[in-house]
This record gives sequence, C-alpha cells and structure tokens, in this order.
Amino acid sequence: MHFEFNIEGGNFSKAGTASSQLKKILKQLNVDPKVIKRVVVALYEAEVNVVAHAYTGQIFIDIDTNKIEIKLVDEGPGIPNIELAMQQGYSTASPAVREMGFGAGMGLPNIKNNTDELHVASEVGKGTTVKMAIFLIS
Amino acid sequence: MNVKEVAEKLGLKVISGENGLDREVKGGYVSDLLSDVMGSANAGELWITLQTHKNVMAIASLKDLAAIILVKGFEPDPDMEEQSNAEDIPVLNSDLDTFTITGRLFQLLNP
Repeated sequence: MHFEFNIEGGNFSKAGTASSQLKKILKQLNVDPKVIKRVVVALYEAEVNVVAHAYTGQIFIDIDTNKIEIKLVDEGPGIPNIELAMQQGYSTASPAVREMGFGAGMGLPNIKNNTDELHVASEVGKGTTVKMAIFLIS
Repeated sequence: MNVKEVAEKLGLKVISGENGLDREVKGGYVSDLLSDVMGSANAGELWITLQTHKNVMAIASLKDLAAIILVKGFEPDPDMEEQSNAEDIPVLNSDLDTFTITGRLFQLLNP
C-alpha cells in the first residue's frame, strides 16, 4: 500500500495531519498497537521538522507485510552537520518555534529511538531527505 | 478514575471536549516541551502544561492522552478548543500552579 501527503513549511496548524491519517490506516490494518505508537512518534517528529525548518515537503509511505517505510523529502535550508543535528538537545529552531514548546533538540533522537532504520541525507540550500523503516515482525 | 471524577475532586474547570469526560485516567505527565511528551508520555495520562496552542491537541490525540490540564488559569487558543471538541479530548484548567496541581493529582491517583 502506498500513501502520499504534502507538508506546508511554517504551517503549524496542520502539523501532525499525516501522522493522524497513518495512525487511522494502521489501526484499520490491525497493526500491533506498540508498532503504531512508534510509527506515530517518528512520523510526527519528522513532520514537525519539515514544518519548523523547510519550505515545503512530501511524505511517501509504503506498507507491506514486513515493514512500514516512510520517506520525507523537503525543499529547505538543509542540515549542514547531520551528526550534530542527531544529538539530543541540539536545535537550530527559531525563538518563536521554541516558545511553542518545539525546538528542544529532541525530534531526531525521538525518531531514532522509535525506528528500526533511519537515514538522513541533506544538501545545504536544497533540502533534506529522511528515510525510516519500522519492522512489523521482530 | 475517569477525567470527570478527577476534575470534580481537584476543582478543575472543564473548558472543552466534554464528550471525553469518561476517559479513564491512568496517570499523569508534566511537560511544556512537546517532543518530550511525544517521546515519553503514555496513553491514558493527563497532561499538565501551560502550552495553549492547537499542536497540544495533535499530540494528545496521537498519544491517546486522557485530557489536558492547563495551569495558572490559562485558557486554550480558540483552535485548540475547537480541536479538543472535535477529538473528544477534554481541556481542563486550574488556577493553581504546575507544582501544586501536579502534587494534588499525584496524591489523588496514588492514595
């Protein structure tokens, strides 16, 4: 099964829309609730990253019997140092974003903790691609 | 104990999401950092915070939280209130500060 969603950079009122849709789909498919919880945390954080940092983005989701694969491709400033961005507590979020309680440098670590595979690729000035996978059968 | 009973015992004002007052309360989580709640809160918990925007409801819904308690008399933004009604996840508030309301909730849930 394949699903696609768009993300608007800067539009926090829609952040989480794709996560919410995917949660409903996975429930309908009778996926293990523990797996759903992990997928939802990982996708929500990835959505918020695009909203907080990029201009526009797309989400591609593929579900098969073994795993859920999610790819987020954004057009944005990119990440100059991915290793640093992966560190808990490191953030480049704006003061406005931080005031909302985002930008605490916990997003990417949350994604890493809740996925079985994670790959982040970025080109400064162009954008970032985040690929993640969560296995349905351990 | 459900959300309604907690609200009555702690003197909380029910602002929105009345249809969710029968949600079972399994514990509490206190944080104003949204990713912290996303990463660490559990289903059925009451979330105590001073954040009043719509994203609070997105997280509450995704994490299946029981309800939100806003501290120090804070009121939800109109779109947060709307989302609370749409999701049937109550938003409650208290005039007390975070420390005091958290202590009272802890005592109530762990007699």
